Amino acid sequence: MPWSREQMAERAARELHDGFYVNLGIGIPTLVANYIPAGIKVVLQSENGMLGMGPFPYEGEEDPDLINAGKQTITELPISSYFSSADSFGMIRGGHIDLSVLGGMEVSEHGDLANWMVPGKVVKGMGGAMDLVAGVRRVIVLMEHVARDGSPKFKPSCELPLTGASVVDMLITDLAVFSRPDRHVGFDLIELAPGVTEAQVRERTTARFRSAARAKG
Amino acid sequence: MAPAAAGKVFPDAVAALADIARDGMSVLSGGFGLCGIPEHLIAALHQLGVRQLTVISNNAGIDELGLGLLLKSRQIRKMISSYVGENKEFERQYLNGELEIEFNPQGTLAERIRAGGAGIYGFYTRTGAGTQVAQGKETRLVDGEPYVLETGLTADLAIVKAWKGDREGNLVYRKTARNFNPVMATAGRITVAEVEQLVDVGTLDPDHIHTPGIFVHRIVQGRMYRKPIEQRTVRKRSSHAVVA
Repeated sequence: MPWSREQMAERAARELHDGFYVNLGIGIPTLVANYIPAGIKVVLQSENGMLGMGPFPYEGEEDPDLINAGKQTITELPISSYFSSADSFGMIRGGHIDLSVLGGMEVSEHGDLANWMVPGKVVKGMGGAMDLVAGVRRVIVLMEHVARDGSPKFKPSCELPLTGASVVDMLITDLAVFSRPDRHVGFDLIELAPGVTEAQVRERTTARFRSAARAKG
Repeated sequence: MAPAAAGKVFPDAVAALADIARDGMSVLSGGFGLCGIPEHLIAALHQLGVRQLTVISNNAGIDELGLGLLLKSRQIRKMISSYVGENKEFERQYLNGELEIEFNPQGTLAERIRAGGAGIYGFYTRTGAGTQVAQGKETRLVDGEPYVLETGLTADLAIVKAWKGDREGNLVYRKTARNFNPVMATAGRITVAEVEQLVDVGTLDPDHIHTPGIFVHRIVQGRMYRKPIEQRTVRKRSSHAVVA
């Protein structure tokens, strides 16, 4: 059975390490914050200018001066700090953030990511996604394995305009997890959702990837 | 520019902009979403009716709020932004070819403004390498990695919002309402700040000032801030989930 959005977020949360500084994108990646494993402390960065992002406020305690990059009201923690957009992206571009979890529209077998525009449709802009993939040390993409029409999203090369070239380290879909040890090699299938077979994954994938005999289903 | 004899303090936002706002000017406008936007100075540009503006701002407001106000009245010719997803009027004008847009990655936008304010011509960044953002720009390989040349950005006018400011123009921002405001304050040929609290000099701790007054040419106290919230997200007191 494919993983749900929550299970995909929970799977991504297993990639967190104690002491990590982490930036979570909008959508499914935001849910990763709900599954931070016990005993692990991570500091969430919000690219509009905050380290140490806290949970949503209790009703009545919302502060219009305190939002995350998705423009949602949030709270601060004892460890929190605020800074300008220039400092924020200095952290990101300068390689000070350990992990970024982002959504995707397409990922290529070379680790290219497309997630910011569809030509002919309304263009909303890339926000901070291009800076995140260019600067953060490790990039995990969370996306559905296939598009709504059933077409593969993990493919030989991206057809949509790129957010970054060779920037993805791990891809988590509702069917499987793909990973690569560095950005000069291709992806290995390392894990399957319960009851999903490698043959089913290959049917829905045009990207090349290596089978891992030890991939557990 | 030198401060007027009366100093940097102006009675209100319209007075602070009346003699400098003109058609076709470029304007840096602080804020992220609707957080930390100079709402009174935007309203003053609306009231003064200047047109054909090039506005540099991370976002474009939402319909009839923030820069949405100037979009609706067709005062903006071009936007330089990183994300404009929340504005339907923007979408309509853009699709009709009435509005020009230049997308910059958010960090590149912030750094271009920082560089502009700091007198730096340009910088090489990995951001956007291998994407359409790099098209038409010089790129160079450094240790085998491609870097894109991005240039500094300044404007005729910067409008920013701070929490507290004094008569010297020293500014202190509050929480994530800081965002683009401090870098934009450095990059306007004239910078006008609006503050929630205008305090006497000596009130702000010099160690805690975010924007030194040299960058601020004019300052006004805004009254009755609306400070709208775009996405009101809350949790129940019993819930363990930290996000929805």
